[in-house]
Amino acid sequence: MINSLFLINPSGEIFLEKHWKSVVSRSVCDYFLEAKEKALEPEDVPPVIHTPHHYLISIYRDKLFFLSVIQTEVPPLFVIEFLHRVAEMIQDYFGECSETVVKDHMVMVYELLEEMLDNGFPLATESNVLKEMIRPPTILRSVVNTLTGTSNVGDTLPTGQPSTIPWRRAGVRYTNNEAYFDVVEEIDAILDQSGTTVFAEIQGVVEACVKLSGMPDLTLSFMNPRLLDDVSFHPCVRYKLWESERVLSFIPPDGNFTLMTYHVNAQNLVAIPVYVKQSISFFECGSDGRLDVTVGPKQTMGKTVEGVMVTVHLPKTILSINLTATQGSYTYDNGTKLLVWDIGKLNPQKLPNLRGSLSLQAGAPKPEENPSLNIDLNIQQLAISGLKVNRLDMFGEKYKPFKGVKYITKAGKFQVRT
Amino acid sequence: MSASSAFNDEKGGSSNVGEPEYGHDPASGGIFSSDYKRHDDLKEMLDSNKDSLKLEAMKRIVAMIARGKNASDLFPAVVKNVACKNIEVKKLVYVYLVRYAEEQQDLALLSISTFQRGLKDPNQLIRASALRVLSSIRVTIIVPIMMLAIKEAASDMSPYVRKTAAHAIPKLYSLDPEQKDCLIEVIEKLLADKTTLVAGSVVMAFEEVCPERIDLIHKNYRKLCNLLIDVEEWGQVVIINMLTRYARTQFLNPNMNESLLEEGGGEKAFYGSDNDDDTDDEEDKEEKEKKKTEATAIVKRKPYVMDPDHRLLLRNTKPLLQSRNAAVVMAVAQLYFHLAPKAEVGVIAKALVRLMRSHSEVQYVVLQNVATMSIKRRGMFEPYLKSFYIRSTDPTQIKVLKLEVLTNLANETNISTILREFQTYIKSNDKDFVAATIQAIGRCATNIGEVRDTCLNGLVQLLSNRDELVVAESVVVIKKLLQMQPEQHSDIIKHMAKLTDNIQVPMARASILWLIGEYCEHVPKIAPDVLRKMAKTFTNEEDIVKLQIINLAAKLYLTNSKQTKLLTQYVLNLAKYDQNYDIRDRARFIRQLIVPTDKSGALSKYAKKLFLALKPAPVLESPFKDRDHFQLGSLSHLLNAKAGGYQVLPDWPEAAPDPSVRNVEVPEWTKCSSREKRKEKKADKPFYSDSEGESGPTESADSASDTASGSESGSGSEESGSGSESEESNEDSESASEEDEEEEGKKKKKNVEKIKARKPVPESESEPSSGEEVKKSEKKSKPRIGSSESESEEDEDSESESSESEEEESEEESEEETKKKKKTTASKPPSKPPKKENKKEKKEMSLLDFDDFDPAPSPSQVTPLNNFLSSSLVTDLEGLSLTDNVLSPTTIVPSGNLKTYELLHRITGEGLSVEYCFSRQPFSPDPHMVAVKIQFTNSATSEAKSLHVEDAKLQSGMRIKEFPEIEVLPAGETVSVVMGIDFCDSTQAANFQLCTHTRKFFVSIQPPVGELMMPIFMTENEFKKEQETLLQSLGQLMGMNEITEKLTLEEKCQGEHAVVQRVTTAANLSRVPCGSDKECSPPVPPPPFPIHRFAGKTVTSGSLVLVSVVTKEDGAAQLTVNCEKMVIGTMLVKDILQALTQ
Repeated sequence: MINSLFLINPSGEIFLEKHWKSVVSRSVCDYFLEAKEKALEPEDVPPVIHTPHHYLISIYRDKLFFLSVIQTEVPPLFVIEFLHRVAEMIQDYFGECSETVVKDHMVMVYELLEEMLDNGFPLATESNVLKEMIRPPTILRSVVNTLTGTSNVGDTLPTGQPSTIPWRRAGVRYTNNEAYFDVVEEIDAILDQSGTTVFAEIQGVVEACVKLSGMPDLTLSFMNPRLLDDVSFHPCVRYKLWESERVLSFIPPDGNFTLMTYHVNAQNLVAIPVYVKQSISFFECGSDGRLDVTVGPKQTMGKTVEGVMVTVHLPKTILSINLTATQGSYTYDNGTKLLVWDIGKLNPQKLPNLRGSLSLQAGAPKPEENPSLNIDLNIQQLAISGLKVNRLDMFGEKYKPFKGVKYITKAGKFQVRT
Repeated sequence: MSASSAFNDEKGGSSNVGEPEYGHDPASGGIFSSDYKRHDDLKEMLDSNKDSLKLEAMKRIVAMIARGKNASDLFPAVVKNVACKNIEVKKLVYVYLVRYAEEQQDLALLSISTFQRGLKDPNQLIRASALRVLSSIRVTIIVPIMMLAIKEAASDMSPYVRKTAAHAIPKLYSLDPEQKDCLIEVIEKLLADKTTLVAGSVVMAFEEVCPERIDLIHKNYRKLCNLLIDVEEWGQVVIINMLTRYARTQFLNPNMNESLLEEGGGEKAFYGSDNDDDTDDEEDKEEKEKKKTEATAIVKRKPYVMDPDHRLLLRNTKPLLQSRNAAVVMAVAQLYFHLAPKAEVGVIAKALVRLMRSHSEVQYVVLQNVATMSIKRRGMFEPYLKSFYIRSTDPTQIKVLKLEVLTNLANETNISTILREFQTYIKSNDKDFVAATIQAIGRCATNIGEVRDTCLNGLVQLLSNRDELVVAESVVVIKKLLQMQPEQHSDIIKHMAKLTDNIQVPMARASILWLIGEYCEHVPKIAPDVLRKMAKTFTNEEDIVKLQIINLAAKLYLTNSKQTKLLTQYVLNLAKYDQNYDIRDRARFIRQLIVPTDKSGALSKYAKKLFLALKPAPVLESPFKDRDHFQLGSLSHLLNAKAGGYQVLPDWPEAAPDPSVRNVEVPEWTKCSSREKRKEKKADKPFYSDSEGESGPTESADSASDTASGSESGSGSEESGSGSESEESNEDSESASEEDEEEEGKKKKKNVEKIKARKPVPESESEPSSGEEVKKSEKKSKPRIGSSESESEEDEDSESESSESEEEESEEESEEETKKKKKTTASKPPSKPPKKENKKEKKEMSLLDFDDFDPAPSPSQVTPLNNFLSSSLVTDLEGLSLTDNVLSPTTIVPSGNLKTYELLHRITGEGLSVEYCFSRQPFSPDPHMVAVKIQFTNSATSEAKSLHVEDAKLQSGMRIKEFPEIEVLPAGETVSVVMGIDFCDSTQAANFQLCTHTRKFFVSIQPPVGELMMPIFMTENEFKKEQETLLQSLGQLMGMNEITEKLTLEEKCQGEHAVVQRVTTAANLSRVPCGSDKECSPPVPPPPFPIHRFAGKTVTSGSLVLVSVVTKEDGAAQLTVNCEKMVIGTMLVKDILQALTQ
């Protein structure tokens, strides 16, 4: 399956390679680098590249390219999904996934990769199993390790691996037993110039942070599970019980994990929390344009809209801008032509407004298309779909856990066409 | 010692020299200057006897490897440390070894013995890692050692080691393909493995080594289907892809009849049902089923019936659409696309649309597949049209793919929305995307006649766009569109002719010229003028434009030679001296063809026909058309080219191959198959709950906490494959059930303790009746340690003693029953550690098959049958039980009360009706079998020939003794035969096929518990003694083998005779004659009320069954059953209770 893995930074330097079968020369990456040169943006590099002897499947994540070399037929998603797991694993182990982090922990990353794949086929991808085999670094431990020369490699049998609930390790103990669930909903929407909704849907995710001793068996039920249209689960969730009773029953992994993602029934109309009044215009004759954007609350269910941010990719022909914001501040990067207006909390009494003039490069034609606005926002303590957790029950353990549920609404891919 | 001190010296020395950074900076740059020296340094460290130094050295070496630097010269120094005690050093040495062994084969051999030792280690992790490294060393010379190690590991106790063995198979195969045959043997063995851990890995090995050996899958097919949901994600992907291929070879095309229906019609119907999908799954299912039956009704010929195995696969993969792993979702989606009936494919759309929220790479792959699917199954994605709308922030490749999908989805109803959307896209700054949009518009216009004019007008407007690329693309598309109906659009052609002045893009210019040439008759005035202009600029044009100018000239010459003769000559002359030989060639060719000269050949006569032939309009097709001949989701599909190692997805077979190849020795299937069909038709239950029981052991974890819903599902565990198969699943369920049960168990424990207090422990005269009992009693004596399974047994007891709720009890019973059953089956394979196994067995059983038998048949179904019990035998029995006591007349089995059960109904049997009853005679060929009398009645008009039993599918341990074949059964005749069945003391049904000369019927015989025993004679004293023994064998906790129920006798059966008759009817027991009966006034004071005692033993194992009924005043009575087989006991109590109270 997966023959080799190369980690490549945005400038094209290969800084880590790992082979699971025979060694593949790193010159194979040249095909990829060539494609990367051609692409305008890193995201535009085709994920699958066909070379005379190999297939290259790559992902771009956290400003790094993860490039895998394949020799025979394999489902591309299999590889892509695995590469993302590698990135997540690095993130999980070292707190972030970046070139420096990988370089700092080169040996450990290499060992992890060794455990994750055997002969190119995934062996241990569950973070809990990996953590039992190779302990993640902590400051204390790294100090101790340097002093005593002890290792990060676990010398006990990873119990999770042979068991059938590989996601949970045995013998977890906490003094404070707590289980937190964050219901995060994202609004994906496209609004057109006039503010009418072209397309809107709600995607939700239930993130869990479970720190419970022993082998708790949790049951999470919703007040209105009918809202949920399409769901996907962490492997720990029992499908059948969901199908029959619409409850989530599971033995949770230890620590943070994504319990489920869902899609809210499209028939329910999506409440759009903000409206945007905008006008961007360029004058036909002069090399000038005007920009005027106002953001205001719309359907917020009585909550305050926070963290509002408007991002605009201005046309390439813009030379400079001169704007004033009544609230918040804006930044503009003339290299990428990226205008970011950070508004913050939305005040219904005094609507934030950004206006001013844009100047075009001399002689440049009037831009064809007005740039679209990407809106970012969040609303605390509200799940915009109205989803509510009913209760959480625990079986299998005797202690009383501390339970908490938090709701957040965010803007996902929220775009206003102009 | 000396080495380390030497090292210290060395190090000190080197640091003096001023290169201290070597000790700390592992493999950073700037060390090339002293490469040689550095490695010396590392070698020293490796040779030292301090683990910390070795570790440091190894870390630096591995870091070098990770950076792709060559560290091969350190091989000798490193390999020495392979036996190092420090586990981290060892690991790093392994890493190094695997990387460089191929280059240094001889030295690598030094390490082999370490791994061979490791293979024998008691720790499974070490065994596994030794095998892993050993098999990763690519040294040909050790192939035999690897082979041996793999073979051994394949039968290792630890599933983890077996998994590693499965991983090692492809490694060895790539090293030495000669070993294929041996490896296939190992694969075959591992395929039979029943743990989820191994399944994925071995299928992966199968796919790499012998994907063509599809026959190896047959026996494991059902198991794989059932295990699937519990296999780890990566394994799921591999298994699903393999099963897709398998199903394509083994089952019939579910859409074969529908293919006759009109394509569009089918899609409409489908679309409708898809919409409902959102609202209610249940309804939807029903509707779909209806649709399906409708569809099949339309096509009257050869009704298609889906193979139950095919259905099993579809059903068991469906929940995986909810997986978080995109690859799994995609695998299921392609499986449904390739295998499911048209009406069911829709379920995948939602999941695929969900994946579009994922990372852009995932989106890219999913969109490629959606694009292919949307061509064949447009309706499926139509409800999700808006999910494919494009955002300005999408990467270009995603935009283009979304556009492709939108185009595929366009139809008369949604085209206006799509076109409006396209209008937005055309304004985009991403010009490649705009070009793609214009092409998409062109395709919409060709496909949907209604909007052709609108599109054309829109495109014409684009001709005035400022961006040249847009204009050029529009011209090209317009050209294609105009070709469809040129007559009506001469004004557009005129407009385009004007554009030649401005447009510089060669392709666009060429297109315009071609258009004018082609339709010069529609624009007779303009065409020559265009040619004139072109002739002027000829030398400056691009090659394709030049070619089109020649083309235009030739066409005009043929139609309008008067005006254009000179111009044509001029152009041809220019072309004659062009730099490009293509153009020179073309000019020469055309001149010969069109200009009439003396020498001109026959062809010039036809020049006009050649040039101005009617050209068919181009078909604008999706590049994704027909890509589905590649298995979707595969790399080959994505590249639209066959990748190495791609296994072709075979076409459906014309006729289905023999489905029985998938039958596993231990059956339970036949019944299901018939049941399944029924279910499909009815479809009155939600899909899932009804499959709950059926999909067998793997779902035990799910159903663990919910026994009630499980037992409702009523369909039994037939599908679970075999008893032994479910063995492994206990691992799955164990953990889950443990939690569930633990708490309950604790509560129950209190109950039990109460009971203990109530009942005095009988004098211990320990004489345990079986080993198992001893074990149990041991467990009981240390209840705190006892794990949940022993607790659950206690539950059982306390329940049956104290519970009021009948329903609950029956559940418990069934649980118990299955536990027992599995216990017997599990004890067959001897290789496993028995105690542990036992434990597991019980537990998982309790979670699983609570519902695999029906309660005793209700009397309403029962019809009395003629007394066929040979009376002589009854007397024989009587004689046996004759003692000094007077035998009460009721001891004789009231043979008139024998119940008959239907085996085959007259209608389903096509005139042949079959009934059976338990004759209660000993079955002479084998005393461990229950005699079943089967009565055939042929009510058909023709005679039935050669009736016989075939293809028995039995629980493990069950046996069947067939009746001799009945050669002819004339119409209207009835004949009876006796067959013997060893039910293994369980109420599991015996399934077999009843064959006539024309047909086969799946039938099953399910014994009521009372028929599983045979009467034995016993005196009252013996009875009491046995009863005591049974109780005492339990140690302190009595009640295990005794079940007592209070009941109120009905008016009618308060008499002694009635009681005895009812009990003996319900169970095949004989009455224990007693002196303390009513008639013989009791000399012993204690029992003031009459006690009726009955005795028997189970047919197979000969365990005693003792029943006593104490009747009190007012019809109150107490029923006590003692039996060491608790399950039998509980069930018997229930049956007798029912017999007595009704």
